[in-house]
Amino acid sequence: TVMAAPVTNDQSWFFALALGVSFLKCLLINAYHSTDFEVHRNWLALTHSLPAAQWYYEATSEWTLDYPPLFAWFEYGLSHIARFFDKEMLVVQNLNYASPATILFQRLSVIVADVVFFYAVKECCKCLREDKGKDLLGKPSFILTVLLLWNFGLLIVDHIHFQYNGFLFGVLLLSIARHFQNRHFEGALLFSILLNLKHIYLYIAPAYGIYLLRCFCFTQSNADGSLQWRSFSVVRLVTLGTIVLSTFSVSFGPFIGQLPQVLSRLFPFKRGLCHAYWAPNIWALYNIADKNHLIVCSYYERVKFKLLDINKLPKASMTGGLVQEFQHSVLPSVSPLATLICTVLSILPALFRIWHRPNGARGFLRCLVICALGSFMFGWHVHEKAILMAILPLSLLAVESREDARIFLILSITGHYSLFPLLFTTQELPIKIFLMLLFTIFSLTSLKTLFRKGGALLNPLEATYLLGLIPLELICEFVYPLTVWQKTFPFLPLMLTSVYCALGVTYAFIRLYISLLTCSDSTKKIKTQ
Amino acid sequence: MENWSLFSLCVLLGLTSRWAVSFHSYSGAGKPPMFGDYEAQRHWQEVTYNLPVHEWYFNTTNNDLNYWGLDYPPLTAYHSLVCAYVAKLLNPEWVELHASRGYESHSHKLFMRATVLFTDILIYIPAVLLYCFYFCDGSSKQKVATALCILLYPGLILIDYGHFQYNSVSLGLALWGILGLGLGWDLFGSLAFTLALNYKQMELYHSLPFFCYLLGKCIKQGLTRRGFFQLAKISLTVLVTFALCWMPFLSDPKQPLQVLHRLFPFGRGLFEDKVANTWCSLNVLIKIKTLLSRETQLFLSYCTHLGFCLFLRLMFFLFVFFHSMLPLLVKDGLLLPYVVTSLAFLFLSLYLLSALERSTEEELRLGLYRKLTQRWLPKLNLSRIIKWKFWFSLVAMAVLSFTSVWLEPPAKFPDLFPVLVSILSFLHFLGFIIYFNLVQLMEPQRKKSQKKTN
Repeated sequence: TVMAAPVTNDQSWFFALALGVSFLKCLLINAYHSTDFEVHRNWLALTHSLPAAQWYYEATSEWTLDYPPLFAWFEYGLSHIARFFDKEMLVVQNLNYASPATILFQRLSVIVADVVFFYAVKECCKCLREDKGKDLLGKPSFILTVLLLWNFGLLIVDHIHFQYNGFLFGVLLLSIARHFQNRHFEGALLFSILLNLKHIYLYIAPAYGIYLLRCFCFTQSNADGSLQWRSFSVVRLVTLGTIVLSTFSVSFGPFIGQLPQVLSRLFPFKRGLCHAYWAPNIWALYNIADKNHLIVCSYYERVKFKLLDINKLPKASMTGGLVQEFQHSVLPSVSPLATLICTVLSILPALFRIWHRPNGARGFLRCLVICALGSFMFGWHVHEKAILMAILPLSLLAVESREDARIFLILSITGHYSLFPLLFTTQELPIKIFLMLLFTIFSLTSLKTLFRKGGALLNPLEATYLLGLIPLELICEFVYPLTVWQKTFPFLPLMLTSVYCALGVTYAFIRLYISLLTCSDSTKKIKTQ
Repeated sequence: MENWSLFSLCVLLGLTSRWAVSFHSYSGAGKPPMFGDYEAQRHWQEVTYNLPVHEWYFNTTNNDLNYWGLDYPPLTAYHSLVCAYVAKLLNPEWVELHASRGYESHSHKLFMRATVLFTDILIYIPAVLLYCFYFCDGSSKQKVATALCILLYPGLILIDYGHFQYNSVSLGLALWGILGLGLGWDLFGSLAFTLALNYKQMELYHSLPFFCYLLGKCIKQGLTRRGFFQLAKISLTVLVTFALCWMPFLSDPKQPLQVLHRLFPFGRGLFEDKVANTWCSLNVLIKIKTLLSRETQLFLSYCTHLGFCLFLRLMFFLFVFFHSMLPLLVKDGLLLPYVVTSLAFLFLSLYLLSALERSTEEELRLGLYRKLTQRWLPKLNLSRIIKWKFWFSLVAMAVLSFTSVWLEPPAKFPDLFPVLVSILSFLHFLGFIIYFNLVQLMEPQRKKSQKKTN
């Protein structure tokens, strides 16, 4: 007897995917974890053992509390459950304490906190415009669920490297979903909570601000989509303001006396332009140009003029593995203010665009991704994990539009590959390759099938660039360690990876901008509220 | 989505779970003086690399057979030799004669795990893919689902990547043998199976079906003409393969005898185990026998062209068998991977095959039972009973797992829980053996040519 394809009820596939990825996360409990593990253990300890007034002053460990207060309260809540696993982890002096019970507890806390992410993904699936597919594997909601639940970056950053991004991105995606569903107060509330959980989301606050002001506070638009000044609703503005301010006051209230201290912990500008692992952004390219210039210059000068003593040129001291300030040698040095200006300039056109011609929630989402990407590209001390802030929201757009799918593929594959240096242990090498291949093959084939009408999704140049990641990986992780240069230039593979990926990320950024500035309005005649 | 991408996703999921399980402990980790199967495999690399061939199976000053002496056929020894060459390149300390006893280090563990992964990718996984692609009924989605279930079977994963063994090699070769026979390439099939036999002597349990099938096929073709030639070719293939594998041991008549003595140590009793009392010995006997009959069932399932829903019974059977390995896995410190992989496998099988909603009597091949029970118990709703039995078994296994790990057995019966696990498993296996045998006898034979056209 031949059975038809398994007939399951409507939502059981979602449950199966969520359960499956949770099982995988459980299997990874014993994998390598980074210093972030100790960071969070330390925060569990200090929130449990010390009164709130001392949380932002405590400095026994080098990993001081540098997240906003709501996250500290979250850790405080977790610490009460941690007591039942291993009391010793809650002692502040137990630096680098990592008993099996501690590892189990911390890993499980990330896995359980991901439930928020699951819920958010479910809500996002409801926001898709159309959800018809020939079979389950071709349904946009199914593809979106896999792209989000099984996202490679999230898996390895959260469940191997160790962080709580799943939970945080869950709040972000839920906020976005609420805006799609026109529940703007909830969306604003969720975003305020998010800002108070991790302040890195300030990157995308401009998108929220402009969108809510333009599309929510101004209740109507004119027929051609332009602003109708008279439709300004003070009530809405005040309500939004109240929501945001009350969230901040609940969060920062207990620490109002020590605000400067808290802020100095949250925004430590003493750190260098580039994080230890060189996020693939503009500054990676800038640094390379600087180094190259130096190398080219010095050779030229030495050979041609025999004048300049090589030691007289200030060397670009970028001992690439350390987090420190450094000076560029030939090109002008970059200060935090300069990066801020560059960032603002990069996102300004997008903000203007949604102010003048908002495209509803989708335009907001596109602007959000651009803000995230712009801050990634030009920001100060950006960690390459921040690329996830652009990749995850972009997944929502990718299952609905061809051009977005193409940008998503380029951004996600290069962005995910740039996370490889985070897992540098030999034991994790097969896992990261298998999972990367898993996600890449799935995203390529499912999006290709979804948008099969209209030719190939990626043009030959893009495909070649992406394929170039394979030889890059082979060289950096297999060939290079066996060569002589491994001892003298140990950070060359990192540099290569950053630079190569920076090209892809920049390309995606430009294409995203083009798509935002050229997309036609679909809401000209519809009232925005 | 295209077939190749779905299959590669299955393979990648299988590989990921395998490697993730390998992060955990192995048998005998940190337990001198004897350690465990992991140390045995390392020791064989040491022995085969440093000693000449004629000393491998003999008790000499350099080769103490009491400390994990070689007791698998020559192909395992050659495999260990190849691994030893690689080990020597990476770190000679790993295979230093005598000095490397009990060697344990993180990099060595990575190396050993990598050898298992390598052979798995080379031999077992392609066989599974081809099997699902060519010999499974149903749409391509069902084939992919079957492949996923097989690749995620926790038993093989935990024994090979946790406890530490190379079952994927012998099972993979046996599966290639089955594939060969199914595709009509008898010589290739015989060759593959003979290699499997020369890797682990336990494959002897499968040799009888292979032998009967090939003999029957030749007889069907007429023993006077084509059948006879076919039989001759197959016999020649088998003999030549044996000869090639045993060649280094054929110079001296003492050699093959000693090897056979190591493979089948009847003097010591068929099974080496540390448990002393008779109950456990009896159960150990049953456990190991059924360890092998799993593969027999797999073979049987192919031979009778079982349909999709019968595969669910097979899955359940495999799951029960896996549960019977619980005491062993807990001893190795593999409780977490055991729980995760068995739950995952259970949910996956139930979800993908979703047979519980559809297992009508006919699909469960219960016709025969029906005939038997109709006479005495006409009002019996057989399929409902089967479903209840299924859930009861699951609950019983869950309870036993929980008690085995967290409760202390009473002082009078220190081995209470492993024995209970064995008894429960044995009862299930008895039922399965009866069931599968009945099915094979009652199922009408379908044409083999139907399979070849796939």
